[in-house]
Amino acid sequence: MNDILLNSLFFGVMVSFVVYEIGMFARKKCGFAILNPLLFSIVVLILLLAVFDIDYETYNAGAKYLSYFLTPATVCLAVPLYEQFELLKKNVWAIMAGIVSGVLTSVVCVLVLSVLLGLSHKEYVTLLPKSITTAIGMGVSQELGGVVTITVAVIIITGVFGNIVAEFICKFFKIEEPIARGIAIGSSAHAVGTAKAMELGEIEGAMSSLSIAVSGLLTVLAASVFARFF
Amino acid sequence: MKYLKQITLILAISFVGEMLKEFLPLPIPASIYGMVLLFFGLETGLIRLSSVEETAQYLIEIMPLLFIPAGVGLLDSWGVLYPILWKIAVIIVVSTILVMAVSGRVTQRMLRRGHGRHNS
Repeated sequence: MNDILLNSLFFGVMVSFVVYEIGMFARKKCGFAILNPLLFSIVVLILLLAVFDIDYETYNAGAKYLSYFLTPATVCLAVPLYEQFELLKKNVWAIMAGIVSGVLTSVVCVLVLSVLLGLSHKEYVTLLPKSITTAIGMGVSQELGGVVTITVAVIIITGVFGNIVAEFICKFFKIEEPIARGIAIGSSAHAVGTAKAMELGEIEGAMSSLSIAVSGLLTVLAASVFARFF
Repeated sequence: MKYLKQITLILAISFVGEMLKEFLPLPIPASIYGMVLLFFGLETGLIRLSSVEETAQYLIEIMPLLFIPAGVGLLDSWGVLYPILWKIAVIIVVSTILVMAVSGRVTQRMLRRGHGRHNS
C-alpha cells in the first residue's frame, strides 16, 4: 500500500478534501454542532492511516501542499481586517482590553495549573505559548527551553478544541457582540479558531484575525516574564 | 488574468514576509509580517482590494482544511504526548475555556459601557 501511494502526490490532498466534504455533509444532515468537520477529518484520517497501515510520511508527501498554503491564507486575513477597520478604530480600547485580558488569563492559568499538577519547569514553558499561532508559539517555546514538538501538538489541539467549543462557550457566557466573539475566539484558539469565527460572520472573522497577531506578540513578552515565576 | 494577478500578489507578499522574518531578529513568523504588509498596503491604497479580493476569499474559505495535515501529524507526536497526556488535557480544556470566556466578556463589557455613554 505504502509503495504505490508513496509515489502519489495527490493522494494526501485528495483524501483530505474528500473526508472534509463528508464531514461538512454529515454536519448538515444531522445538524450536530458537535460534528466539527475539522475534527472529523483529523480523526477519520488518523483511523484510515492506521487501518490501512499507511505512514504519515506517505500521506504528508501530498498533504504538505495544503500546509504550504497556510502562510498565504493567513496573509489574506488582512482583507477582512481591512474591511472592518472602521469598526476596530471605533472600539479600539474594548478590543485591546479584551486581548490583553486573554493573554494574561492564558499565562496565569497555565502557571497555576502547572503548579497544581506538579509539572516540571520544562513542561511549564512548553505549555506557556499554547493559545497562540504555531509559528510564534514554536519560537517562544524554543527560546524558553521547552520541548517544541509538544508545544506544536498542544497548540494544534488547543485550536481544534477552541474551534469545536467556540459557539457553545459564547452562548454559555452570553458573549453576544460579534466583536467580543471574534476577540474571544482568536485570543483562545488562534488561526484554527479563526476559521470558525469566519463561519460565524465577517466581523467575528476580522476581530479573530486581529487577535492572532496581537495576542501572539503580547504572549512573547508575557511568556518571557512568566517563565521566571515557576 | 484576474486570478493570476491576485495569487501572484499574495505569494509575493508572503515572500516579502519570509524575507523580513529572515532579516529581522524578532520572533514574528512570515505570515504575520505578510498580514501586516497587506493590511497597510490596502489601507494606504497602494494595493487595491480588487487586486486580491476573490483569491483571498477563496484561501480563507478553505483555511480549516489547511490545518488537517498538522492535525493528522499528531499521530507522530503521540509518543511524547502520552506520558503527560491527562495533565495536558486538563490544561488545554480549562485554559482554552477560561481565555475565551474572559477575553469575550471583558471586550463585551467595555463595548457596552462605551455604547451606553455614547447614547446618554
